[in-house]
Amino acid sequence: MKLNRGEIICLGIESTAHTFGVSLVDSRGRILSDEKKVYAPPVGKGIHPRESAQHHSQASPLVVREALRKAGKTPEELSAVAFSQGPGLGPCLRTGATVARALAAYLDVPLVPVHHAVGHIELAALKTGASDPLTVLVSGGHTTVTSFAGGRWRVFGETEDITLGNLLDVFGREARLPSPSGPAVEAKASEGKKLVDLPLVVKGNNVSYSGLLTAAVRRLKKGGDKLEDLCYSLQETAFTALAEAAERALAFLEKKELLLTGGVAANKRLQTMLKQVAEEHKAKFYVVPREYSGDCGAQIAWTGLLAHLQGVKVSIERSLVKPRWRLDSVPIPWRR
Amino acid sequence: MASRSLVGAKLALKLLKKGAEANLYLGEFMGSPAVFKRRIRKPYRVKELDWKIRESRTVHEAKLLHEAKVAGVPTPLVYFVDHQRTELVLQYVEGLRLKDFLERNMGAEEVERKCFQLGIYIGRLHSHGLIHGDLTTSNIILPPEGRLVFVDFGLGFHSESVEDRGVDLHLLKQVFESHHLRWAKKCVEAVFEGYRNTVGEAEAQKVWRKMKEIEARGRYVPPEARLQA
Repeated sequence: MKLNRGEIICLGIESTAHTFGVSLVDSRGRILSDEKKVYAPPVGKGIHPRESAQHHSQASPLVVREALRKAGKTPEELSAVAFSQGPGLGPCLRTGATVARALAAYLDVPLVPVHHAVGHIELAALKTGASDPLTVLVSGGHTTVTSFAGGRWRVFGETEDITLGNLLDVFGREARLPSPSGPAVEAKASEGKKLVDLPLVVKGNNVSYSGLLTAAVRRLKKGGDKLEDLCYSLQETAFTALAEAAERALAFLEKKELLLTGGVAANKRLQTMLKQVAEEHKAKFYVVPREYSGDCGAQIAWTGLLAHLQGVKVSIERSLVKPRWRLDSVPIPWRR
Repeated sequence: MASRSLVGAKLALKLLKKGAEANLYLGEFMGSPAVFKRRIRKPYRVKELDWKIRESRTVHEAKLLHEAKVAGVPTPLVYFVDHQRTELVLQYVEGLRLKDFLERNMGAEEVERKCFQLGIYIGRLHSHGLIHGDLTTSNIILPPEGRLVFVDFGLGFHSESVEDRGVDLHLLKQVFESHHLRWAKKCVEAVFEGYRNTVGEAEAQKVWRKMKEIEARGRYVPPEARLQA
């Protein structure tokens, strides 16, 4: 392990879906740079994995160079290179992994595999100061209520089908809003007033959104409702189910902190609701800062650094990406 | 309205537990110790949704608590249903929650016995077309003597589908595996043993397979695990 004047610097590469991000962080928890380029699919379409991977491959030299420049570091000053090994879209993951392997091999530093969702959680914990939170992770890839126990993030509740990000995005696409359409749905929802009856599904500690999506899209296609009202009703119904799942976990586990993270964490209405849930159970509420809610290199760089300090690394031969990699299967040696 | 004021008169209630869905208060109902389960308004829910959820669950729960008894599963008596307050007055069941029981230092045999019985009761509910909908270890009470008591049927419903039965067991397995790490495997096995005992081998296998399928629908279950399902 290279130590540069006692400073440990990790470069992290995020490439699970539409974002190619590169960031440098140091062992004092400072984010030295956090650069990204985001693939934008045409209106009405979702992410095409191959197109997105192509975007990443073209963007990678620029983003890596920019991240180093903004951090004011040379490649030789890096102690480790981390990458998002999964879960995510295969072609996108492979592009990021290829860049990371090349850098690690060339610089002769450890290659550190990072689980994307753990990245969302750890970066949020770093930025908010939450120490042992019940975590609500909501993004395009995850909708999970999780808490740390026995060396892993345990899944207390989750979606039984599609994720919250997915729900908002697909509905938004059907409504011809730009993708990823969470923010556009939120803007419309803020002007909605009338609650349209949509199925609210809570299964114990879990939620299920596929029926809600079908019903909402059907109402949209049928016409007659204002889009604002539909967006409002979609959000209220989906968030109510999630808030209940979070509240169940909070009441059961009796945690004193509630942390909201992931791309959909930027949604103000969801923040308000979960804050109220936390208050009701006398837990402190934390939410990831907006600039770090979406996918970014910093989540990988910081988690990679934590892992690196515990000696986590992978040889290039064994660094195959894991498009399917469950959160609760990842050992977390840096948490007690 | 007489009965309403009767309930209202006993407002010297002590908060027992702030649940996710409702607050539980300890009080007295016609001379017996009783639990007042009040589904309070949740500030995070819009009014229309909030009322709908509270009302339907309150009424529903009262019915299902009774139907569970018919199926042979011990549940608290329902003393009173208060629509306006979205409140149930229930028999107070003294005992330890299964959750707390598992967190204490219990012998393996003791744990297995309780979980076996739990499986039998779930089997009975399912055989009678009932789904609990919220099988978690904090909803099962172990009185000092006698049998397990099931509480909290707010998410319960009628169904005979394998899917709903599978989800019911999946929820319980998830709680064991996320919170009762030490006992998870033993508990799941014993519950299933009891379940099999009640519903029979063929039905139990069907539900088990469905449960594995539901598990595999979760996010990012690796392909190896999917094949097993």
